[in-house]
Formats: sequence, structure tokens, C-alpha cells
Amino acid sequence: LATLSACSSITPRNLSLSLSLLKSHFSLFLSLSLALRLTKLEKMSRLLQTPFLPSVSLPTKTRSSIPGFRVKPRTIPIQAKIREIFMPALSSTMTEGKIVSWVKSEGDKLNKGESVVVVESDKADMDVETFYDGYLAAIMVEEGGVAPVGSAIALLAETEDEIADAKAKASGGGGGGDSKAPPPPSPPPAAVEAPVAVEKKVAAPVKAVAASAVHPASEGGKRVVASPYAKKLAKELKVELAGLVGSGPMGRIVAKDVEAAVSDGGSVQAAVAVKEVAAAPGVELGSVVPFTTMQGAVSRNMVESLAVPTFRVGYTITTDALDALYKKVKSKGVTMTALLAKATALALARHPVVNSSCRDGNSFVYNSSINVAVAVAIDGGLITPVLQNADKVDIYSLSRKWKELVDKARAKQLQPQEYNTGTFTLSNLGMFGVDRFDAILPPGTGAIMAVGASQPSVVATKDGRIGMKNQMQVNVTADHRVIYGADLALFLQTLASIIEDPKDLTF
Amino acid sequence: MQSAMALSFSQTSFTRPNHVLGSTASVFSTPKSLRFCGLRREAFGFSPSNQLALRSDRIRTQSSGFQVSASASSNGNGNGAPPKSFDYDLIIIGAGVGGHGAALHAVEKGLKTAIIEGDVVGGTCVNRGCVPSKALLAVSGRMRELQNEHHMKSFGLQVSAAGYDRQGVADHANNLATKIRNNLTNSMKALGVDILTGFGSVLGPQKVKYGKDNIITAKDIIIATGSVPFVPKGIEVDGKTVITSDHALKLESVPDWIAIVGSGYIGLEFSDVYTALGSEVTFIEALDQLMPGFDPEISKLAQRVLINPRKIDYHTGVFASKITPAKDGKPVLIELIDAKTKEPKDTLEVDAALIATGRAPFTNGLGLENVNVVTQRGFIPVDERMRVIDGNGTLVPNLYCIGDANGKLMLAHAASAQGISVVEQVSGRDHVLNHLSIPAACFTHPEISMVGLTEPQAKEKGEKEGFKVSVAKTSFKANTKALAENEGEGIAKMIYRPDNGEILGVHIFGLHAADLIHEASNAIALGTRIQ
Repeated sequence: LATLSACSSITPRNLSLSLSLLKSHFSLFLSLSLALRLTKLEKMSRLLQTPFLPSVSLPTKTRSSIPGFRVKPRTIPIQAKIREIFMPALSSTMTEGKIVSWVKSEGDKLNKGESVVVVESDKADMDVETFYDGYLAAIMVEEGGVAPVGSAIALLAETEDEIADAKAKASGGGGGGDSKAPPPPSPPPAAVEAPVAVEKKVAAPVKAVAASAVHPASEGGKRVVASPYAKKLAKELKVELAGLVGSGPMGRIVAKDVEAAVSDGGSVQAAVAVKEVAAAPGVELGSVVPFTTMQGAVSRNMVESLAVPTFRVGYTITTDALDALYKKVKSKGVTMTALLAKATALALARHPVVNSSCRDGNSFVYNSSINVAVAVAIDGGLITPVLQNADKVDIYSLSRKWKELVDKARAKQLQPQEYNTGTFTLSNLGMFGVDRFDAILPPGTGAIMAVGASQPSVVATKDGRIGMKNQMQVNVTADHRVIYGADLALFLQTLASIIEDPKDLTF
Repeated sequence: MQSAMALSFSQTSFTRPNHVLGSTASVFSTPKSLRFCGLRREAFGFSPSNQLALRSDRIRTQSSGFQVSASASSNGNGNGAPPKSFDYDLIIIGAGVGGHGAALHAVEKGLKTAIIEGDVVGGTCVNRGCVPSKALLAVSGRMRELQNEHHMKSFGLQVSAAGYDRQGVADHANNLATKIRNNLTNSMKALGVDILTGFGSVLGPQKVKYGKDNIITAKDIIIATGSVPFVPKGIEVDGKTVITSDHALKLESVPDWIAIVGSGYIGLEFSDVYTALGSEVTFIEALDQLMPGFDPEISKLAQRVLINPRKIDYHTGVFASKITPAKDGKPVLIELIDAKTKEPKDTLEVDAALIATGRAPFTNGLGLENVNVVTQRGFIPVDERMRVIDGNGTLVPNLYCIGDANGKLMLAHAASAQGISVVEQVSGRDHVLNHLSIPAACFTHPEISMVGLTEPQAKEKGEKEGFKVSVAKTSFKANTKALAENEGEGIAKMIYRPDNGEILGVHIFGLHAADLIHEASNAIALGTRIQ
């Protein structure tokens, strides 16, 4: 059996280097040709070399369409060490190859000359070996997948430390050619690098929202329960299982759920893309921007939320007492967010139904703990750090915890349980002067409360006087399958009484 | 045609390699008799009535003349045993395929023979193993073919939606088992083997008890009590949602999603049956690779054909530490722990779980303490002539153990071959069985078959003994007959010594692999060499 190698590194900044690399491919394929005992060396190498041209020349082309500030010089050194493994041309007629099996798995150390992958060409199965030492960092085309000749099928990191970078690169830029329709050769690393750095980490909240949507069978969203075939299909069709609601026994995701998700997934994405482009500052107008992983997941979740019949109930709460309390305890590090979360949690403790969640449409869970998730905007997205057991933890610890969570969120270091265990969500836009808005219910939770700004208002009291009071409007969106109007009304009444007489908050 | 039940403990499913290695010392030591067994073993299982008759003729001519010396020698061995005259020449405890093979051969040798059975004649193979599983696999093979529209279309055939009736399929398996059981019983009765009913145990040298208190004596005793499905601790088998092969073969239900613990022969064959009948399957394998008992190259290819394109997923490198049957509307719960670190890894909720982690010898209550025999993990220790070894490492005179109970090679036809080998010995002709020439097959679609060593085993042996190992391969893609069937997936590989041409092993994966392996098995048994 002829053994072929097809590793390459890309240096987008330096064309001359690319050219020298090209030469090395040249000689590589010459030796290959010898191995194959082909006589027309020149012709063969020419044939084999062409597939690599696009991927080498692409960097400069694509880069121009990406805003210049994203390409940071500091990313270059990393570049040199993460190499792409290409689908090799195993015969002169081969246009695409199927990955038979990965001999190595992600994270494995590779030595020069070792087989990495078995590729099925139009002629035979062949081992493909690496020409560099390093670590197989990311597999971009899974076993059974088909990729066009010359497209990246995996990334090779030089050191273990770079595996994570390479993985990010693979998830951001790649996926090149899993399907029959060959996508364009994978995006050039340099162009991708900067956005990826953000994207990789922002991917966390995606899970937060998505995971909460799964069935009780999955231990409160920690695991996805899907049948083997459903998993297989999801991989093939590139459907995120975490975002699906299963229709199988015990809420298990079965094949038809995945198929259904594919058939109604396509149409929605465009709409959300428009919103995204408008929102982001400094974007190139008129450009079409594909979703990041996070945006994709947000989109799926938002669409999924349409399946939940929600309704809204608003309330105006006087905050004079709360404001006074805040002034008193501010010096001790207590934040307004913590106070609001605490007040909400205490009210939830008295109305467990508002803290419940319905996932399958047949039953609902009274959640055992009150975990208040608070939405925080971070650059390029949104994350919901969770204040766990907010009803039980005292206000000072809660404030410290909140500060810690926000710091972690900014540094993109939140652990999954710190953002995906919320049972009730708070969203506060008061700081921007918004006086009222309504929120979309995150799938898998029972209710979300939108909090507006507290503003001085002229108020007529029951005894016929007119006075000035600070008031804020809150608006709760809830799942009407389990939470009814009266439930929310009673909950808001309780919340108002707690906020208007907040002595319990600092017990 | 019967094999398929070769298994082991732990969740690795297949211990054959070790045993094979263990017995390499005897390779080719008695080439003449090897051939004999290589041929013989296939006579069972398929259509016993015809084949047995044929066989008897052949053997009779071959072996007359040994009887005198046989009795002389065994009398000589049996000194010290109290009874001077015996009720029987040979008593066999266990009427499975091993016991049956030994009994028929003993009668042909002119021995007065009794066989003791506490359950039903036929043992695991006929009632709860190879036979019913072959019936289910015959159905699944056809089902798979009919469902494969693409495959049918490429032949120019049109089939409208194929369906099945579960009870009908189950009946087919059950009827076949009944039929073979009757054939077996009749064949023994017809030849004059006494079938004694009741659990048998060894009372002392040359003395056996069966049923409540019937005591009989015999010059020689063969233990052939076989094995039962092995269930690791932590797993609760309820027979409905958590089952072993015993239950699965009755096919009382076809679950939507079934987890199969162990990816050896049994697991693999059942995955073939269940997926053809519409189930989705999750494999749980303790080792890092699926199908660990097979030649790595074969298991890799088999995985591409038998696992990846089917509705099967798998967890490797994990133990099922706890399995709770479905009850109170809850699914079957499987807790997985890492096989190495023992840390909890995952939890599965499925509709059913099949425990296919191998088989444990059935040797409890056999009265082995009466002859000072200590079992090893339940197996009865024997030498290469199946003579039982006692706790002090000395041979127990006139006591033999064959089949799964000795754990040498847990295959039905191996048990039968061992039984015949023992009968040869007690009738005066020394005989050592070459286990390396016994083939094994997994009747998936397509089939997997093998004989001899796997490539890594051969290389290890070569390193130890200082010879080189070569491998020759051919692909089914290059076989026109295979292509005519639209079944081009498959390879055959032969492992041999380039220096002297000795065939070390042959492995086939592809259409009719189980039929093709016999050529290789014969070649090994005959000592045929590569030119």
C-alpha cells in the first residue's frame, strides 16, 4: 500500500513563505509519485499540487473582507505552530475523499511518519501519515465524512498548549466538508483567529440557554438523553441536540425530533442575522455575516421559545424603602442586583409554582432550589450567571458572589453550573433608563422578570394626597402551561410587599 | 456451523486467545488424530440425524480394535478405586453438545455409557445459545436485506415495506431448539446411551450421584456441565428489561433502545438481530476498543460495516457499575464508570439492557471437594488431555472435564471435540486436541470467522520464539462472486511464518465467512504449509 502524507502549514501573512511551502509540497508529492511508481512524474505532481492552491492563496483574499482590526499581529506566532491536515489527492482522478477512520484521536501525540487517518479514495483505502511531530488537536471531518481534496480535515498543534487554540479554530472556521456538498476550503487561520478567541469563550452561554431546554430525564438539563440513531443523525445533519425537546419515551430525543429540527430550522436564521448585524458596532455594512456558534444557539433557543405559550403581567413597585436600604448597606458591598435577586428569591420561596419548569408539556417540576439567573451583557453576547439558593444565602455573601460571577463572566471563565442552573431569570435594563420592556422566556424555565428603571413619579395615595415616590415597573413573562395569571399576580404582590418593606432582605 | 458462544468473563467478552496460547505446546504433536477432530466437529448442530449416521459408519471402521486395550489400560489406571465392577464404562455429567458428542463416540467405541442431565438435553448451545441465536440471525439477515431498498434496487428488485411478526420470529427460534433437542435425545436413545435425569455430582473416585440418592459407578467420568451467562456484580437481572442471552433468545420484546453490555460474539450477534428488527443499540465495552477479541484489523473493518452505519452507538473503556431494571415508569438505569479510574462517567436511560459480558462455568454443587479439586474462578483445572487436576496439582484418575466448565475454549464444537478426544483416551488411544485448528464464527451480516492466532498474538509468539510473521490479505472487493451479490465489503487475511510456511491464523470478514473458514481450519489441522 502506498502511504501518503498531506500536512501543510499556512502562513497567511507571508506569501513568499507560502510559496516555499508550496515547493515543499512539490517535492513531497514527487516522492509520493515515486512511491506510487508512476512514471509521468511531472504531470502527476502538477495534478496533485493544484488542490492546495486555493487554500494557500485564499488567506489574502478572504482577509480583506474581514475588518482589519480583527487581525492582530500577536496571533501570528501561534499560526506557525498549528498546521492543517488536508484531504490528500490519492489518485489523479480523485476529487473528494471519505474518512474511513481516524487512527489517532484528538489529543494524541503524533510522530513524523505515523499514520493519522485512513482515507477512502475512488480507488482504495490508504493510510495518511503526518510529516510533522505534534498533537492531533482537532478533527474537523469525522469518520464517515467526505471532504474535497485539499480541504482541511484536521489540525495539528505543535505543543499541547496549542491544542485549545487549534480546537477553537476548528470549531470557528472549520467543519470543512462533512457533507456531500463540498464547502469552500476552510477559512484561513489568520482571519479567523481573532474572532475565534471571542467566539470560543462566548460559546459558554450558548450551552447555558440550550441545556436548560432539555428533558427532565437528563437530570435537570445536565445531560442530553438521545437515542443512538438520533445522535448519529444530529451529527450528520449538524443539529445541536442540547436545544431539542425530545418526543420519545421519558422525553428522550429520537430520530424524528432531529429530522423535525432540521426541517424547521433553516428559515428562521436569516431574520436573526439581520438583527445581529444592526446591533454590532463597527461592522461592515452590507456584508452578510454567518452566525457564530453562540448566535446560532441563541437563535435556536429563541425560536424554540415560540413553542411555549407565554403571557405577561406587570406591576409598579415603590422603591423608596429599598433605595434607602441600599444607601445604608452600599458601603458594605451590597449591590442593587443582589438586593433585587434576594427580594425575588424570597417571593419565589412563597410561590413555588413561579419557580417551576415545564419541559415536556405533560408534567412540570417544582424546582428544589431557587437559583436566580441574572442576565448580563458582555461584548458580543449575553450570559446569565446564576445566584444559587438566593433565598437562603445572606445578602452580603450574595453580593460578594455576584461580584465574583460578574468578574468571571467578563473573563469568560464561568463554569457551566454557574450559568446554566437558573430556575428564574432577572433581566434589568433600568440602568439605561428603560422604564419598561418585556423579556422572552428562556426555554426550560418557568418565568423571567424584566426590571425597568426606578424613577421619581408623582403618585396619588389612597388618602387623597399627592406625593413624590420612586417607582419601578417590573414585567414578568411566564409559561402559562404551569403558571397562571393569579399565580403571577400573587407573586408580584408578595414581591412588592418585600421591596416596599425590605427589612427581611438584610436579616 | 455452531460456534458463536465463545465467551469469557469480565466485560471483555472473549478469552479464547489466552487458552489458545496456553495450548500451543501441543500443536502438531499428533497430526494423524488432529485431522480426525478437525473434521468431526462440524458434524454436529446442523442436521444431526443424517450426519451422525454417516459419521458412525466412518468411525466404526476406523476404530475397531481399540476396545480391548482400552479397558485394560483404564483398569490399570483405576487402581485403588473400591468398586471392582462398574455400572458403566463411562458416565457423562451434562447432556450439552460436549456431553452428547462424547456419548455418541463412546458408544461407537463400545463403551457402556450413561449421561446425566438435570435440566434439558442439549444444554446451552441447543436451548439457549447457538441454535436459537442462529434462528434469530437467519431472520435478521433476511430482514436486513429486504429493508435495504438501495441494495434491492441495485439488483433490480422491488420490495414493498418489509415487516415482521415478533411472535412468529420467536416461535421460529423456539421450534428450531425443540427440533434439535429432540434430534439429540433420539440419537442418544437410538444408540443405547442411558439418559439419567437429575443433577449429577461426584461422590468419590469413579462414583457419581444423580437425582435424590441414586448412586452409580463408572470406570471413567466426564464432567461436561457447561456454563451460564456471567452477570457482573451491581447488575440486577429481572428477565424483562435487564436480560441475559437466555432471555433475549426468547425474543419476548423488541425494545426501542437496548444497551448491550459487552461487544464480543454474543453482543455483536444480538446487535445484528436487534437493529434488523428496528431497535437502536448502545454498546458498553470495558476495553478501549469494540470487539476486543477479534483480530484488530478485522474488528476495525467490522466496526465500519456492522456498527457505524447502523443505529448503534457505543461507550468504550467503561464498566456498567450498576444496572437497575425498569420499574414504576422509570427506564432502565445504567451507571457507567471509567474502567481504569473507576470514576463515574455517565448515566444511561434505556428501555432494556442485555448483559453479554461472557459466561461463567457452571460447576457449583458438583461435589468436587470429594475428589479434592479446587476450581479457579469456577473453572475446573485440566491438563491438555482434559484430565482434571486436583488442589495439589496432581491428576485425578478417571476424571475428565470438557467444554465451558474447563474454560479452555468456550465454544460448543470445541466441547464436542474435547469430548471425543477424551473418549479416544479412555478407550486406549492417546490423543491431544489441537485447539488452534478449531474455528470460530460470529454470524452477523456479513459474518466474521477466524481460526488460530490473531496478528498481535502471532507477532508476540514470533518475538518469543524468534520467528518472523507475515500477513497476506485479500479484499472481497476483488471477488466477483461477492460483487455479484453486491456484498463487496470484507477482507480475508492469513497470518503465517514465512520461514517454514506454517499457517498461524486466518481471519475472514465478509459474505459467507463462516463457511469459508473451514478451508483454513482444515489446512491448519492437516499441517498444510504455505508454499
